[in-house]
Amino acid sequence: MLNFEYLRPSTVTEAGAMLGKMSEARPLAGGMTLIPAMKLRLAAPTALVDLAGVPELNGIKVDGKTVIVGAMTKHADVAASADVRRLIPALADLAGGIGDAQVRNKGTLGGSIANNDPAACYPAAVLALGATVTTNRRKIAADSFFTGMFETALEPGEIVTGVTFPVPAAAAYEKFRSPASRYALVGVFVAKTTGGVRVAVTGAATCVFRASAIESILAEKFSAEALASLRFPADGLNSDLHGDAQYRAQLVGVLTKRAVAKLS
Amino acid sequence: MLIQFVLNGKPVAVDVAAYDLLADVVREKLGLTGTHIGCDTSQCGACVVHIDGRSVKSCSTLAVTLEGAKVTTIEGLASPSGQLHPMQQAFHEQHGLQCGFCTPGMVMSAVDFASRNPNPTPAEAAAGIEGNFCRCTGYQNIVKSVIAGAAAMRVVK
Repeated sequence: MLNFEYLRPSTVTEAGAMLGKMSEARPLAGGMTLIPAMKLRLAAPTALVDLAGVPELNGIKVDGKTVIVGAMTKHADVAASADVRRLIPALADLAGGIGDAQVRNKGTLGGSIANNDPAACYPAAVLALGATVTTNRRKIAADSFFTGMFETALEPGEIVTGVTFPVPAAAAYEKFRSPASRYALVGVFVAKTTGGVRVAVTGAATCVFRASAIESILAEKFSAEALASLRFPADGLNSDLHGDAQYRAQLVGVLTKRAVAKLS
Repeated sequence: MLIQFVLNGKPVAVDVAAYDLLADVVREKLGLTGTHIGCDTSQCGACVVHIDGRSVKSCSTLAVTLEGAKVTTIEGLASPSGQLHPMQQAFHEQHGLQCGFCTPGMVMSAVDFASRNPNPTPAEAAAGIEGNFCRCTGYQNIVKSVIAGAAAMRVVK
């Protein structure tokens, strides 16, 4: 790993100022992606701004019909949270299935969505639940947050501070995971929200996306049988050593049916 | 940078570079070589230690982030008189190891897991040590060890 300057702010304002000053500085959340990338010199920031010392970024709050998860809240804490388990159990299940126990003890919600790995689990939940991402500058709707492979709407120096999840009527996440990396080969998050049925797919393409064709079928009839004749198109899906585009397209259908069956 | 933290119950101060990983610091600078480095890519779990009571992979943890933390390595589990931790004893009794390279990380993960899940089923125990690879045993006796260790930890409590 190349050397860098280590900075440890105690407020979001201070962190924002540190990131604003140095163009090659990056925020450090749980480090579960960034540190391995730095070890391989795929990333070589000149400074790391460690957000672990910013208490306002950590924790889970319930506010009316929403659950607000701080950006630095660890996957293990979301998975174990009584509030999340009661109000959005699918989100707790998703968090409890990320990586392994050690990843869940360090990895964070904010880190996961800011990185926007094409196969990460959290982006599927944020998108399907129609959540709102809060940063140190603004609020960003999930539909405009994830913009491409490892790309988000975040601007330089902008820090995710938390995510507000509206409590859905029902939701389920089904993931076919790579046994080695435990990332989603394909993951499908189905949510019945006040804005209708939302289905988000991760792992299948270069970026998490909403499967609008499936959403309209489920809006008419919310049942696995309604999806019986579904042939999800393989166009634009990923092909790699883990599976080709046709295989992933097949998985989208199978996992959506499993998620819907769980809720019917 | 000088950082201070509590290692296996004792305060330590050590000079580290920003890029020093916890696994390297405990092994090279603090002389505790029980923490192993297997893959060095956060896959294999041989380097698992506890930070503030939670299992983490020390090869993916920057030492500089540990100011004021409580770190426990495999050397910190047995009592000062040398009596093994119940989980260590269980690995010994159930033959939960062959070459032993993965064992320190395996035991550290198992202790954290059993403290949160004191009465695991075999499937839960296997899932609990998912982040640790063993290339000798096929895991059968490791799972038995985790279950026996969890039972022994319940008694000690």
